[in-house]
Amino acid sequence: MKKKRLFENIVHGVFLILGHITVGFVLLITIYLIVSGIPAIKEIGLVNFLFGTQWAPTKAEPQYGILPFILTSVYGTAGAILIGVPIGFMTAVYLSKVANKKVRAVVENAVNLLAGIPSVVYGLVGMLILVPTIKKIFDVPDGASLFAAIIVLAVMILPSIIKVSITSLDAVPKEYEDASLALGATPTETYFKVSVPAAKSGIAAAVVLGVGRAIGETMAVMMVSGNVANMPSLFESVRFLTTAVSSEMAYSSGLQQQALFSIALVLFLFIMLINVTLNFFLKKERK
Amino acid sequence: MNTSLKGEMKKSRKIYITLMKCGMLFCTALVALLTLFMIAYILIKGIPNISWELLSTKPSYISDRIGILPDILNTLYIVITTLIIVIPLGVGAAIYLTEYAKNQKIVAAIEFASETLSGIPSIIYGLVGMLFFCQFMGMKTSLIAGSLTLVIMNLPNVMRTTQESLKTVPQSYREGAFGLGAGKWRMIRTVVLPGCVDGVITGCILSIGRILGESAALLFTAGFAHAMGNIFEALTSPGATLTVALYVYAKEQGEFEVAFAIAAILMILTLIINFSATLVQKYFEKRRKV
Repeated sequence: MKKKRLFENIVHGVFLILGHITVGFVLLITIYLIVSGIPAIKEIGLVNFLFGTQWAPTKAEPQYGILPFILTSVYGTAGAILIGVPIGFMTAVYLSKVANKKVRAVVENAVNLLAGIPSVVYGLVGMLILVPTIKKIFDVPDGASLFAAIIVLAVMILPSIIKVSITSLDAVPKEYEDASLALGATPTETYFKVSVPAAKSGIAAAVVLGVGRAIGETMAVMMVSGNVANMPSLFESVRFLTTAVSSEMAYSSGLQQQALFSIALVLFLFIMLINVTLNFFLKKERK
Repeated sequence: MNTSLKGEMKKSRKIYITLMKCGMLFCTALVALLTLFMIAYILIKGIPNISWELLSTKPSYISDRIGILPDILNTLYIVITTLIIVIPLGVGAAIYLTEYAKNQKIVAAIEFASETLSGIPSIIYGLVGMLFFCQFMGMKTSLIAGSLTLVIMNLPNVMRTTQESLKTVPQSYREGAFGLGAGKWRMIRTVVLPGCVDGVITGCILSIGRILGESAALLFTAGFAHAMGNIFEALTSPGATLTVALYVYAKEQGEFEVAFAIAAILMILTLIINFSATLVQKYFEKRRKV
């Protein structure tokens, strides 16, 4: 009997450790980013680092200002949301409320597929179709620009926006809609003036999720944005927070590499902020 | 009165309705066409460039040819290693949450951690993987360091799908096992574990999809070499997966034909994975109803 209890306790212990492993990983990531990100910020100075407009780590008098990256990430994400959210939102309403079963199944499969396409493939298509097209239409010297990145990001966040919005639109009680229809509203009016407001925290969660996806995307953006550390401008080559880290990581060393860790720390803080917001909306939705 | 007896509506109302209807149709069509275009474009551009020579050789400067066999093997090795490690961890964590954990605060903390993990962008995983596995643990740039990084990334996936399947195991089965005198471990082994098979399979499929598509996290942990070897040699040496190879060929070397060939292979794999995920889901739903 004693042996059996000991055995059960050991099993319990093993599961206890496995259960807490995600917490451990989150701590590991947080601690590593803070420990490796702080030294460079200390050396450069927080204000110079965050608000400096020049990134030139290889110059004789190196400059480590990441404001261009921060602004590019913010503008790029905002642009992607501005284009992607309306399209995704309208699609979600159509699929959840109007479409018949077959259409819904087909388009939902398409959306799942869109979510499964690797980001480098988006980058490749963007590089060979989008960039030359932008160059031609807008008559700019190089199509690899913030605008190209915004379009690619808008497409890439579509699946998350559509899926999360559909889930919350499906959960709207049928009685609400019936009541609205009985009062003389047409179906379309009902969907937009009753169902959508009822699902608003779920849709907000979808938007926040899209923000998270857009701000964290690296490879696709790297392939279409030109990757020069300019202050952001729609048709100029730009560098995002993510691409700033990945483009110089391979060959950097010393303070330059440490500064890259600091950029990652800034990105991580952005993401944590987004996660907390997302959780807030999801909890509201569950209620 | 908005509507007269004839059923005529105010003009602004009519315009609003037509506008919204057209908007919905337009957006849905756009999404569907976009997907269709992506698939068709990649396959049409890529499939003609796939040849047996490309698939079965490694790159050689002497005979000036590019082969992607090493990249295919590396992808396979990384998928296998990651799954072998992540499944026990994910299943264990899910079992702890559904069977052992009693303190609601701890459950909430673990679930928050898992949600946080799934929101962290892959470039940050790559960076921390490089610092922790490659440098601190001394694994250098190698497939195993890449796999371990991917384990952390995919853990929330496996955990969530397993947890969902465990919720469908009826409470009475557990009580039945206890009633027959089984200990907790025996109950888990005989009742809970068989019940989570479908969750594990779904988790596996999702993880494979994510691993195939991953590039930013692998660039600095697994590197981009095209060396070839058996699984044990390969795990300790750097190597590119298909996605990383695509990036390198397209962005650094301008070899777009090879890049499109790889993209087509990835696209076909994505199609297969999506298809099997739907199939598996349908199969388990049917079985559960019976």
